[in-house]
Amino acid sequence: MASLPPIDLPPGATGAGAFDAQAAETDGGVLFDHLLRLGDDSLILGQRLGEWTGHAPSVEVDLSLANIALDLIGQATHFLNYAGEIEGKGRDGDALAFHRDVLDFRNCWLVEQPNGDFAQTMARQLLFSTWQKSLFEALKGSADRTISAVAEKAVKEVSYHQELAAEWVIRLGDGTDESRRRMQDGLDWMWRFVPELFDMDEATAFLAARGIGADVAALRADYDRRIDAVLAEATLDRPRDQRPILGGRRGHHSEHLGHLLCTMQFLPRTYPDATW
Amino acid sequence: MYTTELSKTTNVASTEDPDKLAAFEARVAADEFIEPKDWMPEAYRRTLTRQISQHAHSEIVGMLPEGNWITRAPSLRRKAILLAKVQDEAGHGLYLYSAAETLGTSREQMIEALHSGKAKYSTIFNYPTLTWADIGAIGWLVDGAAIMNQVPLQRTSYGPYARAMVRVCKEESFHQRQGYEIMMAMCAGTADQKRMAQDALNRWWWPSLMMFGPPDADSPNTAQSMRWRIKRETNDELRQKFVDITVPQAAALGLSIPDPALRWNEAKGGHDYGDVDWEEFYAVVRGEGPVAKERIKARRDAWEEGAWVRDAAAAYAAKRNRKAEAA
Ligand SMILES: [Fe+2]
Ligand SMILES: [Fe+2]
Repeated sequence: MASLPPIDLPPGATGAGAFDAQAAETDGGVLFDHLLRLGDDSLILGQRLGEWTGHAPSVEVDLSLANIALDLIGQATHFLNYAGEIEGKGRDGDALAFHRDVLDFRNCWLVEQPNGDFAQTMARQLLFSTWQKSLFEALKGSADRTISAVAEKAVKEVSYHQELAAEWVIRLGDGTDESRRRMQDGLDWMWRFVPELFDMDEATAFLAARGIGADVAALRADYDRRIDAVLAEATLDRPRDQRPILGGRRGHHSEHLGHLLCTMQFLPRTYPDATW
Repeated sequence: MYTTELSKTTNVASTEDPDKLAAFEARVAADEFIEPKDWMPEAYRRTLTRQISQHAHSEIVGMLPEGNWITRAPSLRRKAILLAKVQDEAGHGLYLYSAAETLGTSREQMIEALHSGKAKYSTIFNYPTLTWADIGAIGWLVDGAAIMNQVPLQRTSYGPYARAMVRVCKEESFHQRQGYEIMMAMCAGTADQKRMAQDALNRWWWPSLMMFGPPDADSPNTAQSMRWRIKRETNDELRQKFVDITVPQAAALGLSIPDPALRWNEAKGGHDYGDVDWEEFYAVVRGEGPVAKERIKARRDAWEEGAWVRDAAAAYAAKRNRKAEAA
């Protein structure tokens, strides 16, 4: 059996570079990270919904998808601007949205999933908005006044997103054979990303304990009830639980996110000196 | 606006009851609104249906060139503004389809006519959006021309159309200001940005002038439409106003209008400008615009790929109704 050719190791090599110097000084502030999670979820889903514009099944649907996207981009703007303030390094929402790469995005896997057909888009919306609504209801009571103010305003928007998605899931589930099949497929595709929404990692637990963040694990039971009620009315089967896919909150994403960022960030990256 | 009234000769007097026609024309001449249930000459109904549905189609097809940049808008604020704008255009399409439906043609019929190429929409949307400056230029020039066309239509004789125009015009003026603001930011920005802005003006200027339709001498229906208050100013009058308003706006941006013949004419109190390439205009009307095929394909694809969704909604509603009846 052939062995690997030897690599001549340069004398004195340590691999130390700019990253190592920088890593020592960033403590990765927990609140900053938390705000990125909130902002990135809204930003990435808003970006995805924007892809539908002009191509939806009806003008009415086009309107409602653009409307949801607009709300989400608004939320992202608030959270990311605030993240920039907390970080204190002169970055604003735009700098964070357009000049970070995959490893620094903190959104969940669910929101970066491709639109697929309209059923898949609605499955993603129902699963996400139902969660986001409970989350914002909890964050209305956040000890951080900026977070509570944004959550207070956003919870009304998100209730509408949740209702709209639920109505479509019910219509498609209980519509024709084809729509039912597509709706079930859409749900099956998205289901493995649900557990990530309720994952209590150290940072989440830390902020929940201080009344700044939400105890997301505690939201699960209510979430299951709400989703089950919609599925029952839609005559759809609750998908079988699958092995959870985690990692988004640590910057470990699906392959889809990089492509989404290529499109979204192209102008500010190509013309870094420009203001628009 | 996006309506381009094309020559369709109408012979009204021969087919209609002369008393009814006279009473109708007197009402219109007195600037009264005609409402859906009122008697109207067939030619009036036909012309309006064509004009309003063309306008509706233009709003919907017009979402495509701008939708092309939603995912690439260069800041969060610009993305939100563009989303809101495209959402407004969808709303305009809906009001206008409803207004046209009051004349007795269903939305499905109108959409089918669009997809088959029978119905037209504004020629302007058959040009591609290449850079972000095109989004600025469209807001500034295309929404600007639309306002110019639509403000007089707030007093058009058909009530539902006039009322739709009141709502639409308010939003169009936001769009125009936002478009101009994009142009200002780019013109005051880097060399690359200014280059994009000038290039956008170069490409969109002439197609914008075409939005007012053919010269008066070649618009056989203008007289009839003016008499019926479906149109309140001629194509050339509106085009002249547009040029006069836009020239100083371009100067304020430091951009030059791509027309060597453009100059102020003191005697007429307006600008003289060069000849519009009407050959190109008619070619685009025939469906030969640079991205005409892409536009119609996108609309047809959306419609066909969405058929199962609309079917499902209908099936669900029918099930609901049956349940309600049984209960
Ligand atoms: Fe419009
Ligand atoms: Fe507009």
